[in-house]
Amino acid sequence: MEELEEMDLKDWFASRQKRKEIQEVIKQPLTTDEYCALWKQCFQCRELLYTRDLRTNLDVCPKCDYHFRVGALDRIEQLADEGSFDELDADMRSSDPLTFFDTEAYVKRQDEATRKSGLREAVLTGLCRIDGHEAALGCMDFGHFGGSMGSVVGEKVTRLTEAALERNSPLIVVSSSGGARMQEGILSLMQMAKTSSALKSFADSGNLYISILTEPTFGGVTASFAMLGDFIIAEPGARIGFAGRRVIEQTIRQKLPADFQTAEYLLKHGHVDMVVSRNKLKETLARLIAFHKPAPKVAAEKKVSGEPSAAGRT
Amino acid sequence: MATVEKKPIPLEFEQPLAILAQNMEALEKQLSDNPELEGDLERMQDQYNSLKRSLYSNLRPIDHLAIARHPQRPYTRDYFSTWDPGWVELHGDRKGVDDGAMVGALLEIDGIKMVAVGTQKGRTLRDKQHCNFGMPQPEGYRKALRLFHHANKFHLPILCLIDTPGAYPGLTAEEHNQSQAIAENLMELAGVTVPVVAAVTGEGGSGGALAIGVANRILMLEHSVYSVITPEGCASILWRSNDKVSEACQAMKMTAKEILQLGVIDQVISEPLGGAHHDYQTAAENLKKAIVAQMTELLKLTPEQVRKDRQDKFRRFGSFR
Repeated sequence: MEELEEMDLKDWFASRQKRKEIQEVIKQPLTTDEYCALWKQCFQCRELLYTRDLRTNLDVCPKCDYHFRVGALDRIEQLADEGSFDELDADMRSSDPLTFFDTEAYVKRQDEATRKSGLREAVLTGLCRIDGHEAALGCMDFGHFGGSMGSVVGEKVTRLTEAALERNSPLIVVSSSGGARMQEGILSLMQMAKTSSALKSFADSGNLYISILTEPTFGGVTASFAMLGDFIIAEPGARIGFAGRRVIEQTIRQKLPADFQTAEYLLKHGHVDMVVSRNKLKETLARLIAFHKPAPKVAAEKKVSGEPSAAGRT
Repeated sequence: MATVEKKPIPLEFEQPLAILAQNMEALEKQLSDNPELEGDLERMQDQYNSLKRSLYSNLRPIDHLAIARHPQRPYTRDYFSTWDPGWVELHGDRKGVDDGAMVGALLEIDGIKMVAVGTQKGRTLRDKQHCNFGMPQPEGYRKALRLFHHANKFHLPILCLIDTPGAYPGLTAEEHNQSQAIAENLMELAGVTVPVVAAVTGEGGSGGALAIGVANRILMLEHSVYSVITPEGCASILWRSNDKVSEACQAMKMTAKEILQLGVIDQVISEPLGGAHHDYQTAAENLKKAIVAQMTELLKLTPEQVRKDRQDKFRRFGSFR
């Protein structure tokens, strides 16, 4: 009150305006490139984080446990044993089957996406080891074309499934996608069936498939391979669903719950097996894979009877 | 069969034709008083016919879409009751819900017994609400899945009729896991060992259509469309505008002919001039012939061959370098 008495009304309004402006600025995350290279602001708690620290913490905010989006390359680094990742189909690229043109040609958009993300396509696939266990690992990257599934993503996931089947190794796919890629039209849609069909053969063979859903996973990817895991693991706070929130709001004309389509919401409704935070993810995967390995005793018996055994390795 | 006795409602692009027809009707009424008008009427009839031909041979993709969505277009129940008046309807997913948007049936067509499922749009407002405008909930897909398993158990071929704008995007649909319902159908349908024939009779809307579309043979009626997203959705995302629907239709290559060229479907079934709603019987007959022919071929294969045939077919889809 003392303060108020000292200044006149005009000053008071001026300082009030200033306070408001400062608050507005604080609310906005920093966008300038130079800042972002060194510092990142947490989208949830607005804490400024040193990028290097953030990376060592697997891109999770140390203060509020917010999980930043992770690109495919970083994800592989986080999950696969060091140096064990052997990429498959690295050179595969999309063609332009429809000669699609909206406001820009699809071919041009592809180049732009590659320039931005540094990746050829929205998924990286390969064989690796996870805590010593052999596995086939596919990681999607939302940063490339919104992680959308076109022919290449479908083909790479299918080939990865086949590679896993051939080696009798577990399959792990980390999904992050906006859905099917419109620019490849009906062929994108058919990738849903192609991947699911390959997974049917994989499931019949009795091998383990773990699907990991990360922020965000939607549309055609959720409605195909991402939801077909023997286990489905979601990352905390990730938004996962079939239709987008806005589409649903427009359709049913009512407000949706705040936590709608989050990983926790999915867990509550029984869609996923567990929500696992990123620093526990590798450990969890290794445990699940080890749990489903055929018992060594069986393998030993087989050896006695003279049959070669896949489980005997490692 | 519930045939449309009423005259077909003209679509927007058919307006010139409708006006001409109206004029002709008016002229005909005056004919008894002024016989000299007969020459005019004949000329008009010629004009009408040539306009009709040129109109229907130069349809834009968005015109096909309009015909595919025509409110009088024959729906799944119309086809079922034309092909087999004694068809048996099967209800429910056995888990608590009977989705009106997905119809399950036992059919016998030309001596072939089969299990059929199809999405159903409604005719009247009440009917439409019951069918959720042809957009199935997860329970609808689970009903279909139950019937696929039934067919597999009794070695009956499966027929799927597709006419849906897409799977329903709603709160309960998400809560009951729409994506899992679709994904499971894709996976299980890929693995059944009986022949599966699917036909797109109207709109083939995205994953909601594909969930009953993993078939050995996929057919499309001439004016039906099949796309990865509704053209409205595509226009609003890529063009950020609601009046670019026509461009989106064109760009996505969603008409039967274009999809045949892409090698995704096996056959385009011709419709009566102007669309199936002009003549239910002919449309149903054409579709029946194609289905029976395809089924007969597929029934010669062994169960393992049938499954392999389907999986190989889908394995080939894609374009990359």
